[in-house]
Amino acid sequence: MAERALLAGLRDGLERLGGAATSRIWRLGFASRFFAHMLLHSGTAFRRFHLTVREIYFAGVLSLIIILVSGLFVGMVLGLQGYHTLQRYGSSEALGILVALSLVRELGPVVAGLLFASRAGSAITAEIGLMKATEQIAAMEMMAVDPIARVVAPRFWGGVISMPLLAALFSAMGIFGGYLVGVKLIGVDEGAFWSQMQAAVDVREDIVNGIIKSVVFGIAVAWIAVFEGYDAQPTAEGVSSATTRTVVTSSLAILALDFVLTAFMFTGGNGG
Amino acid sequence: MKRSTIDIWVGAFVAAGFGGMLFLALKVGNLASFSTDQTYEVLAKFANIGGLKVRAPIKSAGVVVGRVSDIRFDNESYEAIVTFNVDARYQFPRDTSAKILTSGLLGEQYVGLEAGGDGVMLKGGDRLRLTQSAVVLENLISQFLFNKAAEGKDEKDAKK
Repeated sequence: MAERALLAGLRDGLERLGGAATSRIWRLGFASRFFAHMLLHSGTAFRRFHLTVREIYFAGVLSLIIILVSGLFVGMVLGLQGYHTLQRYGSSEALGILVALSLVRELGPVVAGLLFASRAGSAITAEIGLMKATEQIAAMEMMAVDPIARVVAPRFWGGVISMPLLAALFSAMGIFGGYLVGVKLIGVDEGAFWSQMQAAVDVREDIVNGIIKSVVFGIAVAWIAVFEGYDAQPTAEGVSSATTRTVVTSSLAILALDFVLTAFMFTGGNGG
Repeated sequence: MKRSTIDIWVGAFVAAGFGGMLFLALKVGNLASFSTDQTYEVLAKFANIGGLKVRAPIKSAGVVVGRVSDIRFDNESYEAIVTFNVDARYQFPRDTSAKILTSGLLGEQYVGLEAGGDGVMLKGGDRLRLTQSAVVLENLISQFLFNKAAEGKDEKDAKK
């Protein structure tokens, strides 16, 4: 009797595990098909570019404040921390290198991506989810308007276009913050700060790779955000859990992609 | 299609974003200071290159005149073959010598060029004959220790 109960429990557990795995794979497949469909129907987003411009405004311009302020503070913290570590080895002039390289290569794209996911990604998901819950999406389909072309693609491209610009502004602002703390507050030599930075930062190796990273993060965050919104259960609860999933999944995706991209970019040749 | 106020904000945002990228490229990176548009190649063989890396600067009189483009191992002479890209604006005599130097005590390594007195200038693909290898700290320390030991022995011998 006990044996049978144990077997039943085991079978239940296995079934649940299998069911969860299958539904994940199902969702992944649907997300991929959705992505392909969205790319194929992106024509409207570019032909009627004002739709995309509107989304750049909501995703990019409205995220500017948080990106700029965070960039400034991250740069200032890097300046302080870096100075205290570097001056132990008597090389506080290398502060410019430390601030610039860590921002341009890693922190700029990654932190801007995380902020973008929670500021703009969640808004995109909630907006599309609510449109679905209030049956606006279904209404569009009734009027023979493809909601993916009309609603989803402009939001996706707005996110993809905004993200690298935000990451570049984050890095620039961070370097300015590091300069404020390092040079103006602590008194590292200004010439050494800039010249050592310019000698160590390579345009192709560091800056272009940083921009590539931010483009990849932009695609990932925008894709996850529009998909979660489109796939949300059309209820208040469903929209809220979809918004949460957007932030969690895109943060994890950014960090995991960052590892993969860094392994590709900075281990070949002489590395860094 | 009429213009709206959103357009001006988006325009300003895009302009600021590209401004940020431009700032990174010009002020933070070194795009403006050295362009590798027109260069010629010069080779040099070193017995030991130490920690020299591809893209390390080539300096003459302290001015950056080029970059290391390639480092290979020559399996016939068992030496390192280093290829430099020297900016075409700068010409050097054929008997120029190359040294591997270190900026600062623990800084990066670079190649120092010292011009010779020959009237014929280097052409692309030429090889520098006079080279001096990198100073390897371990060799230097062991040399110093051996010298000290030898000195001590000499003094003992003199006292006898």
